[in-house]
Formats: sequence, C-alpha cells, structure tokens
Amino acid sequence: MTTAFTPHPLRDLRGVDSAGAATAVGCFHCGTACLDRTHVRGDRVFCCLGCQTVHELLQEQGLGQYYTLGESPGRRREESNGIERYAFLNEPTVRDRLLDFADERRQKVTFHIPAIHCLACIWLLENLFRLQPGIGTSTVDFSRREVAISFDPGQVTLSRVAALLDSLGYPPDLKLSDLDSRRGSTVPRRLWLQLGVAGFVFGNTMLFSLSSYFGLDGFSGPSFQRLFGVLSLVLGIPVVVFSAADYWRTAWFSLRQRRLTIEVPIALGIAALFAQSVFEVISGRGEGYFDSLAGLLFFLLCGRVFQHKAFDRLTFDRDYRAFFPLSVIRLARGQSAQNAPVVEERISLGQLEVGDRLRIRHGELVPADARLLQGDALIDYSFVTGESEPISRQTNDVLYAGGCQTGGTLEIEILKPVSQSYLASLWNQEAFRKEKDDTFNTLSNRYSVRFTWVILAIAAASAVFWSLTDPERGVRAFVGVLIVACPCALALAAPFTLGTAVRVLGRRGIFLRNAQVIEALARIDAVVFDKTGTLTAASHGETRFSGEPLAPEETTSLQLLAAQSNHPLARRITSMLPGLTGAIPRVEGYCEKSGHGLSGRIGGIEWRLGSAAWLRCGGVEVPASAAEGSTVQVAREGIYRGRFTVSNPLRPETGPLLRGLAKTCELALLSGDNAREEARFRELFGLPATLEFDQSPAKKLEFIGAFQSRGRSVMMVGDGLNDAGALRQSEVGVAVVEQIGAFSPASDVILEAARLPRLGELLRFARTSLTLVRVSFALSTLYNVAGLSIAAAGRLSPVVCAVLMPLSSVTVVAFAVAAVHWVGRRAGLGPVLETNEGRS
Amino acid sequence: MSVILLLIPLSVVIAAGFLGAFFWAVRSGQYEDTATPSLRVLTEEVKEPLRENLDNERGS
Repeated sequence: MTTAFTPHPLRDLRGVDSAGAATAVGCFHCGTACLDRTHVRGDRVFCCLGCQTVHELLQEQGLGQYYTLGESPGRRREESNGIERYAFLNEPTVRDRLLDFADERRQKVTFHIPAIHCLACIWLLENLFRLQPGIGTSTVDFSRREVAISFDPGQVTLSRVAALLDSLGYPPDLKLSDLDSRRGSTVPRRLWLQLGVAGFVFGNTMLFSLSSYFGLDGFSGPSFQRLFGVLSLVLGIPVVVFSAADYWRTAWFSLRQRRLTIEVPIALGIAALFAQSVFEVISGRGEGYFDSLAGLLFFLLCGRVFQHKAFDRLTFDRDYRAFFPLSVIRLARGQSAQNAPVVEERISLGQLEVGDRLRIRHGELVPADARLLQGDALIDYSFVTGESEPISRQTNDVLYAGGCQTGGTLEIEILKPVSQSYLASLWNQEAFRKEKDDTFNTLSNRYSVRFTWVILAIAAASAVFWSLTDPERGVRAFVGVLIVACPCALALAAPFTLGTAVRVLGRRGIFLRNAQVIEALARIDAVVFDKTGTLTAASHGETRFSGEPLAPEETTSLQLLAAQSNHPLARRITSMLPGLTGAIPRVEGYCEKSGHGLSGRIGGIEWRLGSAAWLRCGGVEVPASAAEGSTVQVAREGIYRGRFTVSNPLRPETGPLLRGLAKTCELALLSGDNAREEARFRELFGLPATLEFDQSPAKKLEFIGAFQSRGRSVMMVGDGLNDAGALRQSEVGVAVVEQIGAFSPASDVILEAARLPRLGELLRFARTSLTLVRVSFALSTLYNVAGLSIAAAGRLSPVVCAVLMPLSSVTVVAFAVAAVHWVGRRAGLGPVLETNEGRS
Repeated sequence: MSVILLLIPLSVVIAAGFLGAFFWAVRSGQYEDTATPSLRVLTEEVKEPLRENLDNERGS
C-alpha cells in the first residue's frame, strides 16, 4: 500500500547498522536504536534531539510518569513541524467545521491521532493541561485513537493545540473528510434510554404481577389488584410511547411502502397487548399484560443494542476525501517584483483555487488535477489506478489527483478544483448515489411476510369460530392470537445469530460493516480480485540479483548508491542488501536522471544503475536477453555486471485460496496494471476465469455490473481507491488492508491482509450462520405454535404470557449465541487476535 | 396489609431514582467508550512512583 511509506533509506541503513553493533542502546524515549551517544542525559540515551527535547519537557512539567507506564512509549518524529504548519487551522472556515463545540470561553475539538498506542499515551494526552495553560480537559478514546480537547480560545488557539500535540510526537491526522460531520456513537443514546425505561417498567410491573402469578389474588384482595393494575397502566404508557417508538415508526413506514417487514407483526402484537391490558384494567377485570409488554420490548431492544454494537474504530464508508490531506503548501504568487522571494504558506484544501501553485514534497499527494511546473515527478498511482510502477512525468505534463510523489520536491499548478478532478469524478457515478443497504430484503423480513399472513388468518379464523357461540370469547381469541404470535423470539433470532457471527469474525481480524453482510456473503457465487495490493503485496517485494555474485565491497557500493535515490526500485535494492559494515566510503559524482537511472563513483569505481537504455547511454553493452520491466541493470566501470529483478510476490496461500474458491464460485481478476503477468495469473485462476488488465476504475465498476446482470452475486476484493467503484457496485465489497485502521475505501468487509487466505472459510461460515438463523426461526415458530394453540382456544392468561415470552426469547438467544460460537471455533478462520482491539 | 400502600410507592420512587441515575450515565457519555476507562484506571495506580521518579531525576 502506498499510504505506508517506508522510512528514508539512509535512516534504514543506520538502523540496520546500529542494530548489528553490540553497543547499540535503545532510545529512552522511543526505543529506536541509537547510533552514537550524542544525546545523553544522566544514564539515559536518546536517538535524536527531538526525543531528548520531549523527554526534558515532560520531566520539567512533572510528567515523568509517562516513562513508568510503558517502556520507551514515545514515537520518533519524522520531521519537526512548527506552529506555522497548523496556521491554516485558525482560518474561520476550517476551524468552525473542525470544532465540535464553540462559545466565547470554551472550544472543543476532536483529533484523530494514529500514534496513540499504549497506556502512557492515554496518560500523557489526558494531562495536556499541565503543559499548556488554556487547555482544559482532554479525553482519549483509545479504540478510535482519538483525543477530545477542550480549551479556552482566549488563551490558546487551535493551531497551538495541534502544534503542541505534534511536538510531543502525536501529530493529529487531518484529512479532508474531517471537515464533515463526525460519526456518532454506534449505539445511539436514545436506544440506551429506551432500553432503560423498558427494563425499569419490566422489573416493577413484574413485582406488581407476582401476586397474580402465584394465585394470591384472593389473599391481597380486589382493591390491591385494582391498584396494581392502575400502577402498571401508568408505567406501561412510557414503554408504549417512548420505548416502542421505533417499532411504530418502522412498521408505519413499511406499511406505507406496501411491505411486510418483521416490525409489522411486532407492532401489531404490541398494539394488541396494550389494548387488551388497558381494557382489562379500566373495566376492572384484571391487571393486564403490562409485564409481558415491558419484557417484550426489553428483549427486543437488547437485540437492537447487540446489533448496533459494531467496530467503533473502523469506518466503512470512507471516500477519497479521507485519503486527501486537509492542507497543502501554496506558494504565494509573486505579484509585483519578479525577484520577490517565494513564500510558502499552509492553506486548507478548501481554499485551493484553480491556478494556485503548490509545492509537493516526497510522500505527499497531488490534491487535484494539476500541471507540473518544476521538478522530477515520479508519481505513484498504485492506490488510485492499480498500476504497480511509479510513472515518470515531464514538465508541463498533467498530474492526476491522488498520485503520490516519490523523490524530490515538485511545483505544480492546479488545473481543476478538487471536487472535479479525475479521481473525484468516480464518486459521481450512479453506484454511489443509491443506498447500498437493502434492509427490506433480509431473511427475517422475507420470513415475516409469510408469517404475518398466516397469523392474521389464524386470528381471523379463531375469532369467527368462537364468535358463533360466544362473541366475547371470539374477541379474546383474536387479540390473544395477535399477542402470542408477536414474533419476539423471531425478531431476536437473526440479530443475535448474525451479530454473534460478526463478533466471532471481528475477533479473528475480519471486520463486517453490519450483520446483513453475512446474508449477502452467504449468497456469493462469484469472486472478483484486484491484483496490485490485494493478491500481490505491493510493499514487500522480492529482489534478486542475477549475474556474477557480488563481492562484499561491491554490495556496500551498490547499497550506498541506491540509498541516494528515492526511487522505489532503488529502495528495494537498499533494503535487500545486508547492513553496512566497516568504514562507509563516500559517493562522488552522483547523478540521477528521473525515470532512467543513476550513476556515481565510490572508491574510484564508476557504477551505473538503471534501465538498459540508461546503461547503453553510458556506453555499456547490455545483453539483449535481459528483460525490461521491473529490472535494474548494473554496470561497473562501463562493463555490464548483472541485474536486479524486483517482483511483487503473491501473498502466501494464494494458490490454495483460489483453488478452494473455484469449486463454488466463478473467479475473475481485474487489474489496473498491464498484462505483463497474465500467464502467471492464468495458471493460478484456471481456464474458466476472466482476467482483465489495464482496467480503469470506471471500467472495473462496469465489469461488476455486467457480472451482476448475468444473475451473479459478486464479491469484490480490492484495496485501493481504484477499486472503490467496484467495491461499491458489488454485493459484498472486501477491502484488504495491511494494517487495521489504515485507509481503506468504502466497503462492506475490512480484512487484514494476513487473513486473505481465509476467504473461502469466511464464505462457508456465512452460509452456516444463515442455516443457524433458520434453525432459530424454526425454534421460535415452535413456541408460537404452542402459544397459538392456547390463544386460539381463547384461554390465554397473563401468567401463560409472562412465562412463554421470556422463555422463548431466552432459549432462542442462548441457542443462537452458543451455536455460532461453536461453529466459529470449528470454521478454520484462523487464530483469535491477541489484543482486545477486535472486541467491542 | 395497608403498609403495602406505603411500600409500593416507595419502591417505585427508589427504582425511579436508579432510572434517573441511568439516564444521567447515558447522557454524560459513559456508554460511548467502554475501552479507555478500563485502561485509565491503570494509570491512576502509579501516582506514587511519579514522585520517586522526580526525586531520582533531581538527584541525578
């Protein structure tokens, strides 16, 4: 993945070097191996001045406890950023959209800080007020890697707060999407309150009903019965009005849409329960069914809470704006004198205008379609288009948004606004406009359609039957059937079975957007893979040298030379060769031509590294057989020496995975890369599979659509923004990430790359889970039949109801949870994650 | 038996008090992040070593 950049090669060398030395000492602050003892304080050694400064600052402020909470808890800072880097945060347009809350004396902001990783981080970030006057409370949300800070705008500015965090080694991660509304908690507060009310009423009405459960009515007397009835009625009203509000609304909504969802029979049952109970209390016949009513809603709402609890720290609906930085460096346009010094300023992306000139440094994104003015552009588009090799661009060429510069600094001129760039235009496709969640077509809703008609038929039939002899018993039977048939257990079966399945998967590094994804997974019969970053790991390539084996001093020379360049191939070569030993010679006469190669003299010997054309240009005879592509040719003193071949290896177990999937699903490969490796993938995928290369993001989307129009249910597995359209269009979009929490495009499933071989088991587990839902349905139907036979006879009493409803709910839930856990352990989904991060 | 007339409202009032406490807990956001507080308590236990640490620092 391109978002995780490997550190600067020269630092790599130093790290390797000192790790090998016997005297290497870990930095007291960040744990990085220290090269020398330049930065020492007492018996503590630091790797750099940055770490030492932070350490001293913390000690002075009495925050030394930071170091007792974790071993070397700090993070080394890649570069030190001053407050001017965050000056754009004080722009009213940016600030107002970033702040959660603001008045004259207090402002509150929430920053996402990926560097939060341990206990010490929490402690330090919650003690910020000791470092900066004006900061009030700061609260860390560890699972989301967020800190909420409130501060006094009269004493400290937003940019000052951000700069303070940065100076401590906790730079806030500011992305364009932060400007939009923040996501709330997964379980809405209102739902908790509804649950609380239902639970409260459930407990109290049950106490009131105890006397009638045990047939003590005669003992306590009719006056008490009357009192209990009225009290239950008073308590029951908030349950019906407040706790059941969502059921009323959803049922009404689906009726208006002429659909029978599971909420319709539930609302019908609640209405019948309430009407019958009110009638009984007012007419003085009994205490009604308020305990059952409250219990019913209590269990139903428990199911909802369970279903809502998902993975807090993962976002499943990110678009390109979460990939783009919030700020860019603009070069102030020289207005008057030509020789006026160019001034850099940080501005927010929203202020960017067509015609602005920007400075793009190594590792930064091109934020909008732009024209290259100056510098050697080597743009890595792998995350955007799927091309695995960076592309070299000349002055005046157009650079598309989303590309990442590797190498030197560029100057570009913006041609289009951010929202109209090539990359953003993908989000204007139709697939992004329609809501993907088809909540109507769930298993429980399909079941409830049949269920509701059957219930209504039974209720009507029993009403008619008894009305012939005893009209009052007819009404009682009608209401009784509706009460008993209220599909509480049925409504709980799917949330608990699928919710448990989502949790079982989450503990094993497979994160699902919601429970409905399991149903979609179970129906999958076609799997489409992306290549770069999905089947092949873009970051850790295999590098081989072919030719006469290199002598140790030759290796050192090549490594030193390659370390001078930021080209990804050069960096691969650097990381492949062993660490430097002995005296480090100097590189002389270094020269690099972007897109071609580099040359330099080390110890008087001239080396040339690069393409065959680059070597020939230096007068080297390159053997014709040497294949082009991801190879780096090497010449020493004008004589061909050999070549490095860099290949993107397949992820482990890709072969078995594809063979396993091919048994049940149609397979396809969609790659943004060229067809160079077609033969290799044809062998892996087998003959019936479709292999498509040179696919643009829009084409990928169309390809999935074509599959679907053949009646296929498609799972798309991809990793980059170039797959975003296909992930969205497919029934199940699976985003593969190297690291959980790293950027992934909008998807239904987020999968750790290491778990990719478990995809076949995932599909099987989803199918088994769905079978378990059906079994739970059967179980709850059994209870309904038992209840119905009592109700249809017109003999339903509050006691029978009070026993039957909780009993059916509890057994169905217990079965669902236990069965899914049992199946999950046997599904071969891989080991459970050690940390508590997967749980929530 | 008439004591029940006193006890019943009393029990409802007490239960309503707990319901109020629950409302307060939900409204103050206690149900939103359940992971961090479990870690935060660990930082509170080591208040004493903080002072030792400072003393060592001054001594060295």
